[in-house]
Order: sequence, then C-alpha cells, then structure tokens
Amino acid sequence: MLYINCPHCGMRSQNEFSYGGDASVKRPELNKEISDNEWDDFVYNRKSLRGKHLELWQHISGCRQWIKVERDTSTHEIFRTFKANEEIA
Amino acid sequence: MTQAFRIENGGLINKDKKLSFKFNGKTYFGYEGDTLASALLANGVHLVGRSFKYHRPRGFFGAGVDEPYAVVQLYRNGETEPNIKATEQELFEGLEAKSVNCWPSVNFDIGAINNFLRIFLPAGFYYKTFMWPKSFWYRIYEPFIRKAAGLGVASTKHDKERYEHKYEYCDLLIAGSGPSGLAGAYAAAKNGAKVILAEDKPRFGGSLLTSDVNIGNQSGKDWAEGIIAELKTMPNVVVKNRSQIFGYYDHNMLVMSEKVSDHLPSTKKYHPNKRLWYIRAKEVLISSGSIERPIVFGNNDTPGVMLSSAAKEYLKVYGVLVGRKPLVFTNNDSGYETAIEFKKHGVDPVVLDSRKNPESEIIDEAKNLGINIKNSYVVVAAQGYKKVKSADIASISEDKKQLGKIENIQCDCICVSGFWTPTIHLASQSGNKTKFKEEIDAFVPGQSKQNEITLGAANGVFSLEETLKTSFTAGSELSKKITENDNKMAIPNVVEKKSSQHDKFWCVPLPKGKNYKRFLDFQNDVAVSDVEIALREGYRSIEHVKRYTTLGMATDQGKTSNLNGLQLVSEIENKVVPAVGHTTFRPPYTPVSIGAIVGREVGKHSKPTRKSPMHSWHEKNNAVFVDAGVWLRPRYYKRGNENLFEASKREAKNVRTNVGVCDVTTLGKIDVKGPDAAELLNRVYTNGWLKLPVGKARYGVMLREDGIVMDDGTTTRISENHYHMTTTTAQAANVLSHLEYYLQLVWPELNVNVVSTTEQWAGAAIAGPKSRDLLQKLFPNSDVSNEGLPFMGYMEGDLFGVKARIFRISFSGELAYEVNVESDYGNFMWEKIVEFGEEFKIQPYGTEALSTLRIEMGHVAGSELDGRTIPFDNALEGLVSKKKDFIGKRSLQRSAFIAEDRQRIVGVVPLDKQTSIPEGSHLVKDDKAPLPNPKLGHISASCWSVEYDNPFSLAILKDGKNMIGQKLFAMSPLKNKVIPVEIVSSHYVDPKGERVRS
Ligand SMILES: [Zn+2]
Repeated sequence: MLYINCPHCGMRSQNEFSYGGDASVKRPELNKEISDNEWDDFVYNRKSLRGKHLELWQHISGCRQWIKVERDTSTHEIFRTFKANEEIA
Repeated sequence: MTQAFRIENGGLINKDKKLSFKFNGKTYFGYEGDTLASALLANGVHLVGRSFKYHRPRGFFGAGVDEPYAVVQLYRNGETEPNIKATEQELFEGLEAKSVNCWPSVNFDIGAINNFLRIFLPAGFYYKTFMWPKSFWYRIYEPFIRKAAGLGVASTKHDKERYEHKYEYCDLLIAGSGPSGLAGAYAAAKNGAKVILAEDKPRFGGSLLTSDVNIGNQSGKDWAEGIIAELKTMPNVVVKNRSQIFGYYDHNMLVMSEKVSDHLPSTKKYHPNKRLWYIRAKEVLISSGSIERPIVFGNNDTPGVMLSSAAKEYLKVYGVLVGRKPLVFTNNDSGYETAIEFKKHGVDPVVLDSRKNPESEIIDEAKNLGINIKNSYVVVAAQGYKKVKSADIASISEDKKQLGKIENIQCDCICVSGFWTPTIHLASQSGNKTKFKEEIDAFVPGQSKQNEITLGAANGVFSLEETLKTSFTAGSELSKKITENDNKMAIPNVVEKKSSQHDKFWCVPLPKGKNYKRFLDFQNDVAVSDVEIALREGYRSIEHVKRYTTLGMATDQGKTSNLNGLQLVSEIENKVVPAVGHTTFRPPYTPVSIGAIVGREVGKHSKPTRKSPMHSWHEKNNAVFVDAGVWLRPRYYKRGNENLFEASKREAKNVRTNVGVCDVTTLGKIDVKGPDAAELLNRVYTNGWLKLPVGKARYGVMLREDGIVMDDGTTTRISENHYHMTTTTAQAANVLSHLEYYLQLVWPELNVNVVSTTEQWAGAAIAGPKSRDLLQKLFPNSDVSNEGLPFMGYMEGDLFGVKARIFRISFSGELAYEVNVESDYGNFMWEKIVEFGEEFKIQPYGTEALSTLRIEMGHVAGSELDGRTIPFDNALEGLVSKKKDFIGKRSLQRSAFIAEDRQRIVGVVPLDKQTSIPEGSHLVKDDKAPLPNPKLGHISASCWSVEYDNPFSLAILKDGKNMIGQKLFAMSPLKNKVIPVEIVSSHYVDPKGERVRS
C-alpha cells in the first residue's frame, strides 16, 4: 500500500485516496475548434509509461483535494507531490 | 499410551501439565508447550500423511514453518480447518487432527497405487493427460484430481471466529527474535525508538533455544530470555510471539498475522482468532534466520528422514527423541551438533560426512564423545516403507561421482544436513535484488530497495559473534537516525565453537541399476527425474520449469526445495546457479487464513449500512427492504399475505389514482454555491443554465468527456448564488468527485464551492392526483396552486414550525412534489404527511412501485444510464444544447454516436399481454436463427403497467427510432424464455406529459 504525502494533510495511506490518471493531460479549452485526433488524445490515448509519471490522486477520505503525485510506475517510488494548481518545476 | 520417545529431563515444555489429544481417532498424551508434531513424535508416531501425487507415506521433515509434509485437518471447538502444519500447531487439551490426502486411511491408501504407476505420472502429467476430451474436464478429471490430490477440506459452515485488523506505525520493525533480532531490538529500544519485534513461534530466541553457545556469562537461551523480559517492560517496545510477518509491500508497509487463539481449546470471549497487523515502519530489520536444506538421496521422503536441525529442536525444545538409532548424514558441521545432543542423551548416533577430512572444534567434541564418524560416506537410499528401517550407505569418491560398495546399516531415523539457506523472502518481496553468495551456495539480499536491512543468518552470516556485533550496531544506528539518541552499549562476549567449511555436495548419485526416487520438492512430489524430463522437453527458464514440474509450488513454497532444484538445473544446463536465477518470492511467506485477510468485513459489516431518518417508521409499517448501494430502502410495504408483485402493483395504482408517499432521502444532494455557480452548471450539464430564475428547478443530464451519460437529476436555484443539485443514489459520490475535479484542476478560476448535503436533508416525494390537496393541508399558509407553485417551481414552507423546502418535480409522471426538511425532522415530516394524507387515501410506496411508475412513463434511470448510452439513446437529445460547450460535447460528434441506426430507447409489450419479459433479455428478429443470433437490443427494465394492466418493458434497441410497430422476439436463455413482442413508444403512459403540469 502506497504512502502518499498529501500536500494539505501529510503522510496518509493509499486507501484514503482514489486514483485519477495521468496529470499531464490538459483539457482542451471550451468552445474551441478541435480535431478528432486531438480530442481522441485527450479522452482516450494514454502513454502508460514505465518510470516517472505525474499522476492525479484525490484525497477522497481526507481533505477531498485533487493532488498531483510524481511516482515511478515500476518501483512505486514517490518523488514529490503537489497541490492541484501548484507550478511544477 | 506412554510417551516412549520423551526423555526424562530436558526440553522447554511444561511436564506438569499433561494434555490429551486425538490423531486419526486415536487418543495420545503430550505436554503443554508441545506442538502437535512433537507430541506425536514423543508417542513414536511418524506416519502423518500421504504425498500429493504418489500417495507415498509421509512423516515429519522439519520442526516449524518449513515443514513440507505434516499437513493435517484440525478440529477445534466444533470447527475444522484444513492445511494446518502439525509442526506449527501448538497442542491444547482436546485437540483433534486427521491426516489429509489419504483414503480410506493413512495406513492403507488406495492412491498409493500411483506409486507403482509412477511411470505414468512424470512431470507435466496433469497437463498432458487431462487435456482432452474437453468435455471430460468438469465431469471426470477435475473431481478425480480433487479427491485424489486434495489437501484438507474447507469447512462449509459459517466461521464463528472473529478476525481483527490493526494498523500500526513504528520506527523499527524486526522480523524474527533470534540473536540478530534481539540485539537489534534491544539497541534500538535503548535509544528510545518505537520498536515492534515479531516472532512466528510461541517461544522467543530463535536459534539460541537450540544452540550450544554462551553470551556474556549466560547460555544463549538465558540471555535471550533476559533480553525479552526487559524489552517487555519498555513502553516503546511491542514484542509479539505467534506472529508471522508474511508480506513486505510498498513504502515499508508490512503485514503480520498474529495467531491470538489457535493455541487454545477455544477462543476467549471478545478475543479474535487472528489479528492482521498492517505496519508502516520507518526501518525494517529482517532477522528471519535460515532454513537447513536437505541432501538429495534415494527414497529421501521416507518417514524418519528429517532435517538434522529439526531433530535437534525436537530434542532440546520438546525433549523428544526422533529415533533411538539415528543416522546423521551431513556435508557440514551442523550435523555434528545434532549427533552430540543425541549422544548427551544416551543415544548412539552414526555420522556420515560427505567430506574427506574435516576438522573443527565441533568435530573434535564429537570425536571426544566417542561418536562413530564415517568420512567420505553418503546415504544412497533409505529403506523401509512407512518408516525408515535401515539405510544403504556407501563411500563416495572425491569428485562425488563414484559410489563404493553398498552396505546396509540399521537405523530408525536419518537426520540430514545439507547446510543452510538464508530466509530472504521478505527482503526479496521488498524489491531487493538478491545475489548469490558462493561461500554458502545460496542467495542473500543485495542492495536494499526500501528501508530494510537483513542481518544474521538471513544474510548468510552464521557466526554468532558477527551477528551480534552487526545487529547491535544496526539497532543503534537505525534508531539514532530517528530518535537522535545515542546510548552506547557494550556488545557482550560470545563463546561459540568454530566450524569448518561445508561441502558443496548436495545430491547422491544413483547406484548402477537402481532407480530410486530422489525427491526435491517433498510436498508436491517433484523428483530429480521430473526436472530432468522438463529440461529434456525444452523448458529452460526456471519459472517455466517451476510451473511445469510444480517444483516449489506447494503450500510450503519450496522452502526446503528451491535451492536444490536450482542446483540441479544449473548442473544439467552446465550453468552456475546465479545464471539460472531463482523464482520470484511473493507474499505470503506462509499461508494466511482467508478469515484473517477479510477481518471484520463479513456479512453486514462488509459495507456500511445507511438508513434514512424514516427507517424506523418503514420498519414498523412492514416495509421489505432492498439494498440500494449501501442504503437500505423500502422495496414495498407488505399488507397481509401480499407478495412483491401484488404489493407494488397496489402501491403504484394508488399513486395513479390517489396519492402516495415515497422516501427519497437517498438521492444524492450537493450544495453548489458561489458567484460562478451558474457557469459551472452550464459547463457540467448538457442544457443551458444561465437563465434559470431563482425559485425554479431544472432537469439536467451530465456527460463524461467520452460523451456517455454520467448522471441525471434536477437542480434548483435556491437563491442568487446558491443551487441545490440532486443526483441519483448510485452516482452521488462520483458526481461530487467529478465537480471537484473540474473546479480544482480544470477551471480553478470559477468561484464555486460544492459540498455534499445528502445526509443533511430528509426527502419525501408526494405523488398522485391528490397530492396538491394534501400539500395544501400540510402548508396551509402557502399558495401551492398551479399558479403559486407551477411545475418545476420551488418554494420554502413552514411545516408546523419546521422549515421545509418544496419542489414541484416528478419522477412518477404524476402531479408530484418533493418535500425536504432537515434530517432530524424527517420522521416528523413523514408522520405528518401520512396523518394528513389519510383522508386522501395515502399509501407509502417503495422502490418497486417507483420503478413501475417511471418505467411506464418512459423516464430513464440507472438501468438505461448504464455507462454505455449517450443522450440520444435515452431520447434526451432535446436537452443537448447546440449553442454552448459542455463536458463531453465534442465526443457526441463521433461517427458511431451520430449513426443513422443509432440505438435508442423504446417500449416493449408482449403480444399476449400476459408474459412478463425478463430484464436483460435480448431482442432478436428471428427466434429460430442459428447461433449466435444477431442481437438488436436488450430489455433494460420491466414492470407490470398499472395503467394498462399488462407487462411493459423498456429496451435499448438498434435503430429504435424506426422500429416502432415492429414485431420482434425477446429471448432469455437464462430464464429459458422466448416471447414475441411488439415495439412501442417508450412513453407508454401520458406521452404528452400533461399530468405533471396539471
Ligand atoms: Zn489531504
């Protein structure tokens, strides 16, 4: 079970969180013309990386905030966590 | 019966407390502190089971967790549990156990004929034989294999025992209480660290209980006792015996199974049977020791052949002689320690050492005691069927290829030592890439992956002095990092005998003309010849060899067999062992009861139960409840002998003719507040929300980004910046997360807050032509006329002093209202509604009537919004705005979603107007078409229309728009039904929706 550092609450076990997928996906702006391919990339196409991955989790049984977690998908090592709209360097 | 093999003095058992127990129906006696294994051995019982494949007689091989044979069916306190290791089960008064895997009895087992047919049962036998014909599998092969090869039998009764889960955090978790674990725990505890020390056996001390060493001025055993006693007094230390750490998971989470009650005749009141600990440790010290490995020789599975360390443990811990004429077969000094213990108790052992001329302090001691030692000698084969009677022995050449003349010597047990295998399972589970250590012919942990360190024998270090030194140091250093204390302590002096180098020899060659079975895996009956076959047949990867031969796949997970299997593969393949590599160690290290894993989450505790504030009223009024997610909702209110069908029909009919009341508290409710609330709703719902006035409700549909309908419900504008959103019961949590996702991540610029208010409001739907009359009585001071409170209107009212929200919305399709009050007043509201409704013939209605009402109106619900449908499919395309953008809109342009023959909701009526159509039935054109019959659609919901008094169903049907009037068949192979049907409009009743506006 992962041990995730919620930037709002501190270290909490994985069972307080729910997974939200790739955090690098950016929703296209509303009312913008967009090609089928672009839209498919947003809705469906994911890289399924092996290695360092920025992903979304929601602290659903805690502060209910969506957070970003930088995690290695093969070793499960967590490097850093961020608030929803924190700048990531 | 006397305990003929129990020695007079010695052992750590309590001889003042005699216990009686039964094995295979026969009564025996043992002592408190015995295991079932030691008590049986004390009584001279060596035959405990039959092997898995050949049903050969099986005895005891080990004395603990590594035991591959002695698996029994246990009976305790009227319950039974399969696959219990007799070597781990502590004796209690009245214990009963039976052999498994033998029929009709352990002494005469029909399956043993496999032993003579073994030419037919080589590696891969099951794969090769039971493949065809396929139809035989379920009827013949599987039951046969189960009966012939099964281990124990699981109880089919409800488990009365209780199991607990516990979460714990600590600075240092220590797996194993041998010298390394004790030293590490002591040093860390002295530095103030929070320490948990886990020992799987009942007694702490590990190897110190059986080895002849001194620490400080005490024996190893006394030193261990002293340390444990002191640790137990320290508030920062938890010491747990009977507790096995079986899994090492991510981020230093380890799981431990504590056997709280298995050693007692019955579980004490309020105590659990087992407790599962989830431990998050900052640091982990793995001090799990090592397991002696066998030397492979002919018939090495005969009862009476056992590990030399086990024989020593039975003698020193339990005061039991495993034989009176022991033969010790060793390739290292450990065998001598066992021989010396025998000798000290007046038994004359013979030692066969595969080495030519070994010299050490231990060997000198054995020689001084006058023990008969034969160097360059090996056991070629054990003789005897149900028990060792003698051994064929021979000298062996230096290259270990040639056997000398075979002699036979009498013996009643053969104690084998093929050196030691570090227990690296936990380290390996943590992700540590293990490495092969040439000097000990075994794998040891490599670079630490998580915060773990492995010390002592588990790390391939067999010197006590070095073990204590490294462990005290590690305990100090690890704790210092955490507590910043640095209490230096003196490492005690150690007196231990030095041993000499072991022999790399592990398998005795077959003598000419002999074809003895030489077993590698004792529980799964995998012999040397099986691995040879697998390799001959082309299996190369050790993982494939393992699966094909089942080597190491039994419940003991190959604790005694893995390394010898690797040795064999490396020899045949002419590779070094590290190049062969070992199979992956996975949790659990030992079998764990399913009950312990499930914990308290059984029966009604498997999920929370949510009840509305009106629950007790429903109970008092004969409601029959149904699970709606975690909620309990009244399905119908039973009157007299009514069944579900009759009651729900009555309730629905009453709504259509008079008035009914339904508990709708379970609907999800979300408060949406803030200056941008309307903008959020406008982006979330498919229809427009910017112009909804205060005091008005609107129905909305929300999509996922992929265009699929996520949920529907009404949202009401309570005030300028405050909206009250409702969701379906099932999607309440998902919708809240969905809104939070967009507000926090996608559109943080929107100034809106959302919060669940599901539990804050109790809701009652009042539906039926007389609902307005009733409402007027409930709110005499409010204008609830069609003008005062029009369809989709909202107002606040005063319900006899209680503030209420009144919504004019309808799910039933009738003139209807929904009244909400704060939860605490829910029951008050309900009672008032029923009281004042009496004159209008009010009846409460449950979810079944609710479904009937919505189905015949063609209102969609969860069975249509099933995660596969878009607005068009549900005839909701009128709610899809063409002007504005919203979540999922772009997806609606996908070609499948705009196809001419796109699926769509329709009504379905059986031609005979009698036969109800099972939900899930498929709609097909031709009921006689060959399979697979093309499916045009499926029945999503069925009811008995109270309006027309005949069955009516909704269906999602391909090209539904153009199918009205068509005749099809509804087929349900599950219910074995074929029903001719006609397709009609989904709006079966009141298609123009006049009633809700009346
Ligand atoms: Zn949090």
